Amino acid sequence: MAILDRPVLGAPDEKTEERLERRWRDAPGIPGFFTTVDHKRIGRRYIYTSFVFFFLAGLAALVMRDQLASSNNNILAPETYNELFTLHGTTMIFLFNTPVLAGFGNFLIPLQIGARDMAFPRLNAFSYWIFLFAGLFLYSSVLVGHIPDGGWFAYVPLTGKQFSPGINIDFWGLGITFVGISTTVGAVNFIVTIFKMRCPGMTFNRMPIYVWSMLVFSFMVIFAVPAVTIAAMLNELDRLFGTAFYVPTAGGSTLLYQHLFWFWGHPEVYILFVPATGMVSMMVSVFSRRRIAGYVWIVTALVAVGFISFGVWVHHMFATGLPPLALAFFSAASLLITIPSGVQFFAWIATIWKGKVQLTVPMLFTVGFLLIFLLGGITGVMVSMLPFDWAVTDTYFIVAHLHYVLNGAVVFPIFGALYFWAPKITGKTLDERLGKISFWVMFVAFNLTFFPMHVLGMMGMPRRVWTYSNGLGWDSMNLLISVSAVFFGIGTGITLLNWVISMRRSKPAPADPWKADTLEWATSSPPPDWNFAETPVVHSRHPLWEGGVAPVLVHAGPESDDAVRSMGVEGGLEKTSPITSGRDTRASEVLEVPQETAVPLAVAFGVAVFFVGLLINASVVGVLGVAFFVVALLRWVWRTDVDRT
Amino acid sequence: MSVMSPAAGGSFAQPTTKPTYSTAWWGMVTLIGTESMVFVILLGSYFFLRASAPHWPLGGIKPPELRLSTPFSFVLWGSSVPVFFAESSIRRDSQRGLRAGLMLSAVMGAAFLAYTRYDFNALTFGWRDNAYGSIVYTIVGLHALHVFIGLCMNVIVQIKAWQGKFSAARHTTVEVFGLYWHFVDVVWIFVFASLFLSEALR
Repeated sequence: MAILDRPVLGAPDEKTEERLERRWRDAPGIPGFFTTVDHKRIGRRYIYTSFVFFFLAGLAALVMRDQLASSNNNILAPETYNELFTLHGTTMIFLFNTPVLAGFGNFLIPLQIGARDMAFPRLNAFSYWIFLFAGLFLYSSVLVGHIPDGGWFAYVPLTGKQFSPGINIDFWGLGITFVGISTTVGAVNFIVTIFKMRCPGMTFNRMPIYVWSMLVFSFMVIFAVPAVTIAAMLNELDRLFGTAFYVPTAGGSTLLYQHLFWFWGHPEVYILFVPATGMVSMMVSVFSRRRIAGYVWIVTALVAVGFISFGVWVHHMFATGLPPLALAFFSAASLLITIPSGVQFFAWIATIWKGKVQLTVPMLFTVGFLLIFLLGGITGVMVSMLPFDWAVTDTYFIVAHLHYVLNGAVVFPIFGALYFWAPKITGKTLDERLGKISFWVMFVAFNLTFFPMHVLGMMGMPRRVWTYSNGLGWDSMNLLISVSAVFFGIGTGITLLNWVISMRRSKPAPADPWKADTLEWATSSPPPDWNFAETPVVHSRHPLWEGGVAPVLVHAGPESDDAVRSMGVEGGLEKTSPITSGRDTRASEVLEVPQETAVPLAVAFGVAVFFVGLLINASVVGVLGVAFFVVALLRWVWRTDVDRT
Repeated sequence: MSVMSPAAGGSFAQPTTKPTYSTAWWGMVTLIGTESMVFVILLGSYFFLRASAPHWPLGGIKPPELRLSTPFSFVLWGSSVPVFFAESSIRRDSQRGLRAGLMLSAVMGAAFLAYTRYDFNALTFGWRDNAYGSIVYTIVGLHALHVFIGLCMNVIVQIKAWQGKFSAARHTTVEVFGLYWHFVDVVWIFVFASLFLSEALR
């Protein structure tokens, strides 16, 4: 397999570039900032915004560790401790992990499939604004001093009106529903983009594994998110309007809440994990300098994980007193999921084994991920066993397990992806030396932080306690954890520092700094607004390694088909992107990429006002929000003309 | 840039000959996917509450009546027929058929909505009374909201239809609207069967 030296696709001559720029460039400055529909700008925003939340949530964790560093500590009041762990968990799941993955998807998917934008560019802008407003909504609770304090899972009856009369929980319930809109809309956009915008030749079995993982992510989102939305909304109906869904004295059921919550909650774990493994598959292949081993096996495993993850939610409820038959079923189903996960794991090992490994920073994070995920997977098998789970449930063992899978096996690939795709996202390569320091500090500190938690859990230290007595033998280990946690924070901070420094100092990155295989590396770094001047054609799973990428280069006359014309030289000058037929990727339609518009922002603003109205229980504000929403939406609908062909 | 021969595009430079679904169609289908899940989960919650209750409906509430709900259900399901008619008309480029179909379906949808409103008034229990009241009001109310949204979409499509914006070649909006309308009708089959029929026939 020859890795070809090749020209950059999409670097047209100056005159053409000028014409393209006139068509595609956003308005400069502030208006352009609020009106852009460019998937790359939106993707960057998603990533940067979610990292702000990442550092906030990390800070919350460090404050908690400060409290737990020694026994009988009282730096924090117990109420504050509850608020912090609720904020930490909620932020990490809803405002960091999910949106940062959506951000990478936004940036990368159109580039990897050879398209010029998402299928619904304005909807894409809308989903970002909703995410931002939902984040601000949730964090405004900090400003008004009513931070949610019912845990990131917000179980009833604790979070019902009777035991949590304040608006703390309303911030959570409404905020979760709010951010769910963004996730769902984003997933719809990903699915349609992946189905309809792939360039010629990119059949399903040539799609990069990362794109596959985002497809699975999206399908899981649209089927899982309604469950958490309903779980939270029914509680809000109980709280705001006095219904009785979770009120046992009026025939309601508190167990129903747990079923609804975990029916989303378990798939959510894989919603986060699947795209992370997609990133890992890309990086493992590039830095082992060879094709990924078992492409079909990995893709099948991803899809299988997507299905199986919907049948295991009760393993979060082993201690709720359900019938033994149900428990046995869900225990077995939980074991089943180790099979596709194992298949992926062996495929990565085989790729590394047969390849020539380059230990770059992204690859270091990938290898670190493999080790951590192995441990997280093993403890996962352990807690799927009923007797073992009963022994350790609600102890620090579970905290250790969930951080090995959600922090180790998701955040490490995300950091790897930052280093891997930074040249494409920003046009600057991150510093390798600082990157290596960051990785080693993070990796060592991660294990020193979370491994002892297994032991503490076995010794009986319960979760969610704000302090503990001395003489239990927990002191020294807790101190070690707290100190290591600070170092873990420093490790992530080094990457932030690296980012800031490299953006100022690094030389511009070449189009393909890693000599990688997929289409995003065929255009300049960062890509121009139009991604590709002419639509590429691919002939293999690794277009830049095998045979290279050819533009379609259609010199079509005016009488030829619009869709075909849009792929080629003249058609490519317009602000359009070709739409292809789902399976055989032939030209079928033309997507007119919309001009910049503030309408998505206006619609999102209407939604935000509506949620604020619900929160403060002021119907005037709610009605105003809906009115604003409807007017803006009508304007959107009126300007949309989908009736081509 | 290296210019490969036009043949590099090969057969891909030919447009597809098979009919394909538009992005708008796929968008609506995925939206319907997630919306279906909303109703699946709510109906699941209904049966969960019902299974864990000592008797059902709770609190000695009379099960919902069928005398009026049945005919009006048929009005709602029947409203899909004029939508089918509207879709097939525009495929034949018949503007009159399109407009008539949309108009009739809107009237039928509105009649169903008026019935729901009347039915809510006639109920002898509120949604605060107990979990039964809560779940019934929520499911029926949410479905009514969907009918209302369908009606709003109907009005928008009609305005465009009366402006003559659609043709045999260009009518994706009509198709996508039709999908949503049929979806709302299909959901009512499950809601009606669960909340009305299964209780009355017990």
